[in-house]
Amino acid sequence: MDTDKCFHCGLDIVKQDEIIFDEKNFCCNGCKTVYEIFSINDMMSYYDFEKSPGATPSNNDQKYGFLDNEKIVEKLLDFNEGQTQIVSLQIPHIHCSSCIWILENLHRLQKNITSSQVNFHEKKVRISYNSEAISLKLIVKLLQSIGYEPYITLDNYEAKKINTDRSLTYKLGVAFFCFGNIMLLSFPEYFDVNEFWLDHYKNFFRWLIFALSLPSFFYSATDYYVIAYKSIKSRTMNIEIPIALGIIVMFVRSTVDIVFGYGQGFFDSLTGLIFFMLLGKMFQIKTYSFLSFERDYKSYFPVAVTRIMTDGTEESVPVHEINKGDRLLIRNQELIPTDGILISENGSIDYSFVTGESLPVTKKSGDKLFAGGRQSGSIIEMEVLNSVSHSYLTQLWSNAVFQKKVEQKHKTITNTISRYFTPALLLIAFAGFGFWIFISTTTAFNVFTAVLIVACPCALALTAPFTLGNVLRILGKKKFYLKNALAIEQLAKVDTLVFDKTGTITTSKKAKIVYEGTPMNDEQLLWIKNVLRASNHPLSRILYDTLQGNKRIETDLFEEIPNKGISAKIQGHKIKIGSSTFIQKANGSTLQTSVHIEIDEIYVGKYIFNNEYRDGLSELFSDLNKDYEIKVLSGDNEGEREVLEALLPRGTELIFNQKPEQKLEFIRQLQLQGKNVMMVGDGLNDAGALAQSNVGISVSENVNVFSPACDAILDATEFYKISRFLKMSKKAMLTIKISFGLSLLYNVVGLLFAVTGNLLPLVAAIIMPLSTITIISFVTVMSNLFARKLKLSDKKK
Amino acid sequence: MRTQNRGMSVIYLLISISIVVAIVFFAAFIKAVKSGQYDDDYTPSVRMLFDDELVKASKDLGEKETGNIKTKIKTKII
Repeated sequence: MDTDKCFHCGLDIVKQDEIIFDEKNFCCNGCKTVYEIFSINDMMSYYDFEKSPGATPSNNDQKYGFLDNEKIVEKLLDFNEGQTQIVSLQIPHIHCSSCIWILENLHRLQKNITSSQVNFHEKKVRISYNSEAISLKLIVKLLQSIGYEPYITLDNYEAKKINTDRSLTYKLGVAFFCFGNIMLLSFPEYFDVNEFWLDHYKNFFRWLIFALSLPSFFYSATDYYVIAYKSIKSRTMNIEIPIALGIIVMFVRSTVDIVFGYGQGFFDSLTGLIFFMLLGKMFQIKTYSFLSFERDYKSYFPVAVTRIMTDGTEESVPVHEINKGDRLLIRNQELIPTDGILISENGSIDYSFVTGESLPVTKKSGDKLFAGGRQSGSIIEMEVLNSVSHSYLTQLWSNAVFQKKVEQKHKTITNTISRYFTPALLLIAFAGFGFWIFISTTTAFNVFTAVLIVACPCALALTAPFTLGNVLRILGKKKFYLKNALAIEQLAKVDTLVFDKTGTITTSKKAKIVYEGTPMNDEQLLWIKNVLRASNHPLSRILYDTLQGNKRIETDLFEEIPNKGISAKIQGHKIKIGSSTFIQKANGSTLQTSVHIEIDEIYVGKYIFNNEYRDGLSELFSDLNKDYEIKVLSGDNEGEREVLEALLPRGTELIFNQKPEQKLEFIRQLQLQGKNVMMVGDGLNDAGALAQSNVGISVSENVNVFSPACDAILDATEFYKISRFLKMSKKAMLTIKISFGLSLLYNVVGLLFAVTGNLLPLVAAIIMPLSTITIISFVTVMSNLFARKLKLSDKKK
Repeated sequence: MRTQNRGMSVIYLLISISIVVAIVFFAAFIKAVKSGQYDDDYTPSVRMLFDDELVKASKDLGEKETGNIKTKIKTKII
């Protein structure tokens, strides 16, 4: 057992904070408490399935005050009758079998929970409990106490029940049922047709096959008829037209054949075709049920906030019921839900997600606050100016860009090919008909229908779904989650890349700190560190983590003036740490964020906080620069210009102080110039730009947490692979093109049979599955090969 | 012609029965899909590997004996 890591959560243990309990090491009291809870309730199996599966429980007590409100609870429940209530909660920490085990055994921790079931892919748990004995709030608190805190946002509150659409599964089932049985029943006729017994029972078999084909023809294939009809009406040439045509012709010809006794018909190929097409459709749909690409601001907002009544009492009120003039209480790390004015003396608001400014903004009493910012620091009081729907943030979302359903921004490659395919097909069919009509009418009809049957672009239509479906999976394993197959085609066409700065090419996890001034000795550094320990300011935290030294010294005097600095006395020395306005002797440059140090009234130096850029950024950009135009947009100020110019290739355009609307407009201008733009961003301030661009990628440090509407979500740890992902998309399109060639080859061979009047049902029944299987194997092998060649799996050195 | 029939007429019956059986299975498939069984196809594979604890035993025998049984099962599995 690794004694440096916590037994419960697996994180490193700081020796001073270590807790040893029951002969195991824990990093903090929280982890040890969860261990205790499990051990008392005889649930130690939790640790058997995975190593260190736990998470440190958060201890934010007041967060769930809104669950006391019955109206809110009612909206969050799935079911509420009599004594039973059922709720579905999303729990981001679900990641392994231990999680499934503990969440399905909740009834052992709390006997009023009747049952619970986990959906691993969606990271949800459905809990059924006795509503008279326990409330939702207590259940949520229980989950919080064992480290499985649910993620409840405004989205859950407003979500309407979506009925799962299973029609494709049903259609596939029907298609397979018909196909399998018809294949079996067709075998006798493939082989010797001259056996007497066969002659006798031929009709029985044929009509049975006919009956079996009906469900497949009339039910399973309906999507194709509908799409083909729509595309004829709108005069586009989709691939569904020749498919639908092929299916209908096959059915008609086969029925005619068995009615007049010409042959056994092509029912086997017909149902086989329908089955493979539906299989391809199903394969192309790869949904990541734990992600949502459609998020809007509602999934970023909390359900309720604390309102201060006129008599001073606090109550929890749903976000939509906030009115102008209300007073709200916002705690540390809580979101400001509406535009308003700060009443408290000071506030430190983190707008990084909304406007892209990397560090918290100091506000004083009377300043205007905008919705979407997060308070970092002590509790503040604010007065509401606008209701939620009228706040700046919501106005941003109402921008027309989000409303337009951009489905067919782009013609898929399959439909592009079908523009040539369909006319060519009809030409050959009519040519064949025209040739044979002078010789024999029956052969002419034979040939006409045979051409339409054998050239039915089954393999052609399956190429793209199978290739793209496979690539979707490959990329998903590398934590690059695409919304749908169309995104891959769009990725391959991109020629300009636009990157956001804050949060996208910088990581919010660390900041690079540089010290300028008189060097301090170890003792002095130890004083600084111990003074910082008591401060809550985010900069203090970061600085504290960077400084070395483990000795604990108590401060004699400590005073923190919010957002200005700290004044303290330690071991007889006077220490002052803070902003340039706090320490008069400092010379402040407002563009850089710095923390100044004064010891015993002598100015010592300052720590400058620089953005930490993501690993591999320079290599990534120089690689991308070869094929793409790169631009960087930032909501931040110009302070970083020199650093960026050093990091990035020459000629990369850098634009600062961009408001969200300006980012959107910038992309629109590029598109008007005819460019195909890919936007990479992370926050709400990029949302407009992400929607406007041809492909929008959202970079996320934690994919479980909100990211705005986009076409793809990229885990921040894989950021440096963007150039490889782009190359992969191009290789995917190459695979599709090669495989188109292959499938056309099959079509040509089949056509040779058809045009000469030699198309036997047996031949069709062989060509069709053969071509399908060859194409499917080919594209799967090729796409996997390309993935390996591009070294998508490489870990950073 | 009759003499050459060789009683193959039973094939009508056989094929009809097999179709009926196939339809029964098909109906079961539809029912399963409708009940949402296939909406989550991953979690059941994990759930299957969990040990069943003896909850009933504790009701009949009382705490101490259940503890003994549980330790016995645990040692057997390990």
